[in-house]
Amino acid sequence: MLLTIQTTHRPATDLGYLLHKNPARVQQFELSAGSAWVFYPEAQDDACTAALLVDLDPIALVRGRIGARDGGLLDQYVNDRPYAANSFLAAAIAQVYGSALNGRSDERAELADTPIPLVARIPALPSRGGPGLIERLFAPLGYEVEASRQPVDPGRPEWGESAYYNLVLRGIVRLQDLLRHLYVLIPVLDDDKHYWVGRDEIDKLLSRGEGWLAAHPARELITDRYLRRQRHLTREALARLSADEAPDPDAAEAAHTAEEALVEEPLRLNEERIASVSAVLTSAGAKRVLDLGCGEGQLIQALLKNPAFEQVTGVDVSVRSLETAARRLRLKEMHETARARVQLLHGSLVYRDARLDGFDAAAVVEVVEHLDPSRLASFERVIFQHARPTTVVLTTPNREYNVRFPSLPAERMRHRDHRFEWSRTEFQAWAVQVARTHGYTTRFIPVGREDPEVGPPTQMAVFTR
Amino acid sequence: MNIPLPEFALVVLVGASGSGKSTFAAKHFKSTEVLSSDWCRAAVSDDPNDQAATKDAFELLHYIAAKRLRAMKLTVVDATNVQPESRKSLIQLARDNDALPVAIVFDVPERISQERNRARPDRDFGPHVVRQQAQQLRRSLRGLQREGLRYVWTFESVEEVDAATITRQRLWTDKKNEKGPFDIIGDVHGCYDELVQLLGRLGYQVRHPEDGEVGISVTPPEGRRAVFLGDLVDRGPNAPDVLRLVMGMVESGAAFCVPGNHEAKLLRKLRGKDVQLTHGLAQTVEQLDRETAEFRERLAKFIDGLISHFVLDDGKLVVAHGGMKAEYAGRASGRVREFALYGDTTGETDEFGLPVRLNWAADYRGRAMVVYGHTPVREPEWLNNTINIDTGCVFGGALTALRYPEKELVSIPAAHTYYEPARPFLAAEEHAPRLTAQQRHDELLELEDVMGKRIVTTRLAGKVTVREENAAAALEAMSRFAVDPRWLVYLPPTMSPSETSSIPGLLEHPTDAFAYYRGRGVGRVVCEEKHMGSRAIVVLCTDPVAAERRFGMQSAAGGIVYTRTGRPFFSDPTLEAALMERLRAAAGGAGLWDELKTDWVLLDCELMPWSLKARELIQQQYAPVGAAARAALSEELAVLDVRPQPELSDLVAKRRVQVADIEAFSEVYRRYTWDVNGIGDVRLAPFHILASQNRVHSDQPHAWHLERLGRLASMDGSVIIATPSMDVDLADPASEQRAVEWWESLTARGGEGMVVKPSDFTVRWKSGVVQPALKVRGREYLRLIYGPDYTQPAHLERLRERGLGAKRSLATREFALGLEGLERFVHEEPLRRVHECVFAVLALESEPVDPRL
Repeated sequence: MLLTIQTTHRPATDLGYLLHKNPARVQQFELSAGSAWVFYPEAQDDACTAALLVDLDPIALVRGRIGARDGGLLDQYVNDRPYAANSFLAAAIAQVYGSALNGRSDERAELADTPIPLVARIPALPSRGGPGLIERLFAPLGYEVEASRQPVDPGRPEWGESAYYNLVLRGIVRLQDLLRHLYVLIPVLDDDKHYWVGRDEIDKLLSRGEGWLAAHPARELITDRYLRRQRHLTREALARLSADEAPDPDAAEAAHTAEEALVEEPLRLNEERIASVSAVLTSAGAKRVLDLGCGEGQLIQALLKNPAFEQVTGVDVSVRSLETAARRLRLKEMHETARARVQLLHGSLVYRDARLDGFDAAAVVEVVEHLDPSRLASFERVIFQHARPTTVVLTTPNREYNVRFPSLPAERMRHRDHRFEWSRTEFQAWAVQVARTHGYTTRFIPVGREDPEVGPPTQMAVFTR
Repeated sequence: MNIPLPEFALVVLVGASGSGKSTFAAKHFKSTEVLSSDWCRAAVSDDPNDQAATKDAFELLHYIAAKRLRAMKLTVVDATNVQPESRKSLIQLARDNDALPVAIVFDVPERISQERNRARPDRDFGPHVVRQQAQQLRRSLRGLQREGLRYVWTFESVEEVDAATITRQRLWTDKKNEKGPFDIIGDVHGCYDELVQLLGRLGYQVRHPEDGEVGISVTPPEGRRAVFLGDLVDRGPNAPDVLRLVMGMVESGAAFCVPGNHEAKLLRKLRGKDVQLTHGLAQTVEQLDRETAEFRERLAKFIDGLISHFVLDDGKLVVAHGGMKAEYAGRASGRVREFALYGDTTGETDEFGLPVRLNWAADYRGRAMVVYGHTPVREPEWLNNTINIDTGCVFGGALTALRYPEKELVSIPAAHTYYEPARPFLAAEEHAPRLTAQQRHDELLELEDVMGKRIVTTRLAGKVTVREENAAAALEAMSRFAVDPRWLVYLPPTMSPSETSSIPGLLEHPTDAFAYYRGRGVGRVVCEEKHMGSRAIVVLCTDPVAAERRFGMQSAAGGIVYTRTGRPFFSDPTLEAALMERLRAAAGGAGLWDELKTDWVLLDCELMPWSLKARELIQQQYAPVGAAARAALSEELAVLDVRPQPELSDLVAKRRVQVADIEAFSEVYRRYTWDVNGIGDVRLAPFHILASQNRVHSDQPHAWHLERLGRLASMDGSVIIATPSMDVDLADPASEQRAVEWWESLTARGGEGMVVKPSDFTVRWKSGVVQPALKVRGREYLRLIYGPDYTQPAHLERLRERGLGAKRSLATREFALGLEGLERFVHEEPLRRVHECVFAVLALESEPVDPRL
């Protein structure tokens, strides 16, 4: 991890006064997980470069410092943290160049307050958000940006390019501003922090962003990412079960759901679905309602607003989703009568579950398409043979409509975890077959504006018995 | 007086305060068997005499009593119980838990009770209380049995109380000491000829009465006994001889017999009750009319003495006419008897006028095998360890016996259709069902069989506990990602590395694995090359028909490949099918099907390349580390080189090593990464033949597995590859040295390393299971685990501190669970029993254990 700052402002060696670091000396500083070095590869009158090199201890990152009890920040030894420019570099800037960051120079106070030509170089800077993001963040601050993207693996050129850039920033700015920009924007680009983000982080952002952040065109993105919580660093139980193939499936699921929401967003489709499902449940006169695959509880939240529903039970296979649902619904804060109306159950739709018996209706909103086709038969029996609510409302994407989503590449499904997406004919054939087998009748209702050619974006079947 | 007390009963002590109940209870029962109202009062109020606490105290007493009775524990209620309403609730409690309610009454002179109470300062209630209790008792005495108390013993004096003894008696249904073997015979319905033939087939000698003899004498084969499941009579041609034969056998000890509903009805007829002569009773009555009155009297006594059901062979076998729920087995109540006679009925009747039956067997979760009859079926079929062997002989079907414990069915077809069934049970279903009753049942598993904290009993390692939160994680993984549970009969255990090596520069070395095994009494081990790919479990069937027969799954590929967490290995079905085809051809060519007498086999394998399954992981986690490191290190070195300074020389040296380390790191994963454009790019290295028809091959040494799998590889020649191995004699240092050299050569080329296993598949040492395998990974390979530059001495020294205990404990528990699931599978146990083990392995895998081990 490296940051070099060069100036050609004469005498260039005044950089030493501005940084409070003597160009003649090599200095070492202890960091939380390693050390920082400051030295000057060049220190002439016409050009002077200060290098801040961070040497992280990769073992300490995982195990904690020698003698630490609870282990370190990371779970995997194989990680980019010791090399990529990240919040450790930002923290080193604050620790090692603290005075300069605060604009203080005892010897060259005036110079510290003067914009001077500066060049900053950072290798291996990750940009999570594509190549354009670096430009978007630094150009509005008056820098000339040069970012060269690094290959994933030079031995495997077909794998393409990585998320890491060697960055060069050129500008005529006050040193303090350069440092403040870097301090804030390095972790923003990396989209990660190595420490717990607490309330004091807002104060830090306000103070380091003073004078530039408020006017920055990307201020929302900067604020959002800067204050983002630390990623889950210890792998959760589920993640341990898929370690061989992919990183954290919960995180992936969240990302994919966000992607899907983005695809469907212009239609406000989710709201439409919730409204349509509530309408059907109300008209069916249901009092005790199941939300199967309730996720984070959006439908439950809507249903609870209607006093006609005396009991609303959400079921999901993801413990993490249920925890989020409980928070979102504020279950802990609910008073007794309200609390008695709502119930969240951890369960699965491919195992028979006696707790699902005796309900008037079940909503199965955007769930079937997440089931592997080979498990669909079990799902049908769990719902229609055993739980047997009087009404079942089931929605699923209409694949034909996908061509109307400008942001969705052809042949891609809306959500990466979708195991299939049905056309109207396929869906209706399935629903009619299920209804016939289990003694239900079925009707179909479009959700979202129906396109004359490709139908509605979401299709809904209502089964009754 | 001696009291022959049933060993499972609710004993109600009845008597006034001071009549000696508590003293008696303390003398004859364990303190935990006695529930006293005084104790319960104290438990809820701190005062054993606080009458205000009576209601709560009795609720507590009932609660504890119910728990004990559910657990089939004798329970004694020490309270006055002199009022009918207090006894009524206890009798109801006994019934609800299918226990016999019995009473011991303390009808001692009131004077004695009064004296005793006066002597106790805490009994400050007046004499009128005791007087009233004595009066209530006296009023109750006559009617106790009518109230529902099955046995009542009454003491009329203190001397009688003092002299009393108690002998605990087994329940009539309890024949656990009868271990068999048995021949269990289904509904005979007067089909005497078929019965005699069947007994003959089973090896019983039947001698018919010559003139003057009354009985029919039957001699069983040595040590065996018959069990008749009832419905001996009605509809068929010769009930009297059937009865003569069965009664003779029961009386001589050659058979047991439980009653059927037809016997129950016949008894009422014999007792002169007005019953309708329907469902074939007319025939029996007519046949019996030709018999003597003595015979009819003997018959009535015989039927009256029949016990509803039997629990045999240490509780492993239950026989009853209509079936038996686990909750009822071995208990005594009206509803238990009803269930035994009629099965699980709703009280409704169907279109044929027959009772609607609930399929209790589908919900059966008991440990005991239940053999029953009552409802004629075309073929006896196992379902959840229960089997109905009434094959409707009298309706033209067959008379069937089940040999126990062999589980062998023996049938004699009916000579005639003696009676037309109301419901056409033989009605030719056009096609016999493709799947067995158990397979049809197993299409859907129950959530309650996997959720929550679970304890799985394994043959190899005893009880294994699964924590609730781990089960929750497994439920999610299983539901979202796993293949159909019917395929998923096994998941492999995790594997521990060898102890950390003390050799400089190395974390792992074979000598530590050798030392581990030698220290556990293992003389020979086998070292197998550890191929670096992904673990793959292959279910391979000879064809789709075999796949459906054994796994109940339709599959064009005739099998499946899944990962160590139960996910489908291939997203491309043609690639999977091609691999199955190669394997099938190789297995056929190598003679595996014939040798193992099987049409399916389960293989434990490593599938290469690693990138086939782990591409995302490699490109998102491993390769980017190299990318970042290369970019950062080269820039850093460039800057450090501009103006060399002595203080920086160590840092420069360190960075140069890191550059080399990063290249070495990338080389390792590149080695395991290649494109797959077809089956020709795939490599499969099988190393265990886990199971095949009727067999789990954990009783075979690894050499057996490797030899057969080697033949498979040589048949195929390219895609299926052998796992190179080396036998090591742990008493021979030279032998060890050869293995070390082999490991060195494997790992120098960047290979993952090797796995060291005891020659035998399973090894026990002292009270535990020895690790089934230890991995010894190479120095270069470990860069993928401990980081690119873990080899730097400063890092390595710290990494040496690693605890293997949790990992090893996990490995043996998962190993035991995996084998247990397979045993259950090959013994054709219900899928939930297999799934329980597989689910538990997945759950344990979510335990937080150092992922680098």
